[in-house]
Amino acid sequence: MGEKKLMRGNEAIAEAAIRAGCRNYFAYPITPQAELLQWMANHMPEVENGTFLQAESEVGAISMVYGAASTGERTMTSSSSPGISLKQEGISYLAGSELPSVIVNIMRGGPGLGNIQPAQGDYFQSTKGGGHGDYQLIVLAPSTVPEAAELTFESFDLADKYRIPVMVLADGMIGQMMEPVELPSPIDPSNLPDKPWATTGTNGRDPNVIRSFALGAENLKSINLDLQEKYEKIRKREIRFEEIGVEDPDILLVAFGTVARIARTARRLGKKEGIDIGIFRPITLWPFPDERLAELSESLDTVLTVEMNAGQMVEDVRLSVKSRAQTPFYGEQGGVVPTPSEILEEVKHHV
Amino acid sequence: MSKEALAEDTAGMEKVFDRPKSLNNQQFSYCPGCHHGVINRLIAETIDELGIQDNTVGTAPVGCSVFLYKWFDIDVIQPAHGRVSAVATGVKRARPDLNVFAYQGDGDFASIGTNNSTHAANRGDNITVFFINNTLYGMTGGEMSPTTLLNQKTTTTPKGRKAKDFGPPIKMSEMLSALDGPTYITRQAVYDVKRIDQTKKAIKKAFRIQTEGKGYALVEILSACPINWGMDPVKANERIKEEVENVYPLGDILDRS
Repeated sequence: MGEKKLMRGNEAIAEAAIRAGCRNYFAYPITPQAELLQWMANHMPEVENGTFLQAESEVGAISMVYGAASTGERTMTSSSSPGISLKQEGISYLAGSELPSVIVNIMRGGPGLGNIQPAQGDYFQSTKGGGHGDYQLIVLAPSTVPEAAELTFESFDLADKYRIPVMVLADGMIGQMMEPVELPSPIDPSNLPDKPWATTGTNGRDPNVIRSFALGAENLKSINLDLQEKYEKIRKREIRFEEIGVEDPDILLVAFGTVARIARTARRLGKKEGIDIGIFRPITLWPFPDERLAELSESLDTVLTVEMNAGQMVEDVRLSVKSRAQTPFYGEQGGVVPTPSEILEEVKHHV
Repeated sequence: MSKEALAEDTAGMEKVFDRPKSLNNQQFSYCPGCHHGVINRLIAETIDELGIQDNTVGTAPVGCSVFLYKWFDIDVIQPAHGRVSAVATGVKRARPDLNVFAYQGDGDFASIGTNNSTHAANRGDNITVFFINNTLYGMTGGEMSPTTLLNQKTTTTPKGRKAKDFGPPIKMSEMLSALDGPTYITRQAVYDVKRIDQTKKAIKKAFRIQTEGKGYALVEILSACPINWGMDPVKANERIKEEVENVYPLGDILDRS
C-alpha cells in the first residue's frame, strides 16, 4: 500500500483507477461526479500513454470506451444517474462484445433530471440490465471513500478476468465526502497478461473481431448461453459482503453503500437502548449474496432493508429470505439521506 | 474450368488482376449492382498498396456495412449504430500507432450518429472515415434517411420526401467543411471507371493523411442501392450521375493536407 491522503471520493476513485493501470478515460461533465473528470483531466496526461478525452456526449464517451477497450487497454468512464441512462446502449454492447471496462456511477436523485443529491435509485438499472438483452455487470458498492478507491482498483482485475464491464456504484455522498485514503501502489500496465482477443492489428495472426452481432438464431443462442455460463461462474466465485453482529441479533438490517454506513451508527444507538441490530452489507450488488442472506434469515424474525430509494434491493432480499423472516422496507427518496435515529425509530416498529 | 485447365491455359501469362491481400476468400453477399463491393475492394487494395494490413483496424456498425468483418483480413470492430466515429476515436487515442478507419452509411453517419461524426471531425481525430451515401436505409427496408433527395420515394416517404415535413437533404460533407478541425473532405462516386479511379486516389490520400499524422479525413462515396431504389443496376448508376450528383456534387470540398 502507498501513502495516506485526505481525498474526496471522486478523486480517490480517479486516482485508484490510474494506479490500477487505467490508461484511457472518456467522460462527459455531470454533477456530482465532476471532480472525477477534473482529476483525470489533470493527472491522466501525467502518466505514460495516458489518454484523457472529454467526449461530446455520454453516448460518445461510452463508445470511446468501446473502442479503447477493444485494444485491450484498461479503460474507464464515469458519470451520474442521468448520464448512465444515456450510456446504456454502449453498456449493452460492451457486455455483448465481452469488453473489459469500468463504469463509475455516482448516483443522484431521479427520475428524470431529479436533483444532485445522493440517492440509490439506480439499483435496478445497474443489477437488472439497464440496457437491452440478457446481460449482467459486476456491480460493486463501496460505503466509504477508502473502499471506493479499493474497489475501483480491483474492478479492473475483475473486468479483465471475466471480460466483463464492471460498475462501481456509489452515490453523491461518497463522491463528495473527504476521508483519509491509503491508495494502492501503482501497477505497470505493460506487465499485465496479454489479451489475445484484442484488436491491435493482426501482425501476422488471424484477424480478431469485436462484435455483438450474430445473425442466426442458433448462433446467438449459443453465444448467449456462453455468457450465462460466465455469469454463473461469477456468481459462484465473486460474491462479497460484510457482516456486523449477525449472530442472533434482534433484527438484521440490510443496506448497501452510504446507507450501510449510517446503519452502523444506528446500531451503536440501538445498543444504548438495548436493541441488538445486526448489519448485512452486500458489496457485490450483482452477484447478490443471496445464499448467505438466506442462511442468516433461518434464525431471524425480521430482515429490514433500508435504502435511499422507493424499494429496489429489497426485491433481491425478499427473493433470498423468502418466507423465513419478515422483510419490511424503509426508504428515503429524492436525495433525502436517512439519519441514524430515523433508522433506529424504524427498527423499533419491528422489534 | 478446372484449376488445372486454368493453370495450363494461363501458363506464361503475367497476372495483372488479383484479389487484394486485405480481403479474405469469402464471396461478397451484397445485392446485384450494389456499390459496397467495389468500395470494399478499393479500400482493401489501398491497404495493400500502403503496406498497412498488419496494423489497421476497421470499424463498421450495422446495416449492410456490418459485414465488413466477414470480407476483410484485418482486425474489425462492430460498434453500435451511429457510434463508429467515437469508437474509432477510442481505438486511435488508445493506440495511435494503429491505422483506424470507420465505414458508415448515411443513416449512421448523418442521422443517428451526427453528434459523434461531427465532433470526431471537429477534434481533427487522426482517423479515416468512409461515408457511404446511398440516400436511404438499405438493409432495414428502404426507409428515408437524412440524405434522401426531395421527392424521392422510400418506404417511409411513399409520396416522396417533402421539405416541409422532413427538411431538405442534409449535406454532411459541406457542413463538416465549415469546421476548423478536419484536414480533408471529399465526395466521390464509383459508377464508372473514371470515378472508380478518382475514388481510389481519394481513399489513398485519406489513409496517407492518417499515416502521416495529419488528422481527420472523410471520403463520402455516393453509392447505389438498386434493390431499394427499384431500378436495375445500370439505371441506378445513371440516377447517381443525373440526380444524386446534382444535390451532392463530386470533388474535394476541403483540403488542408
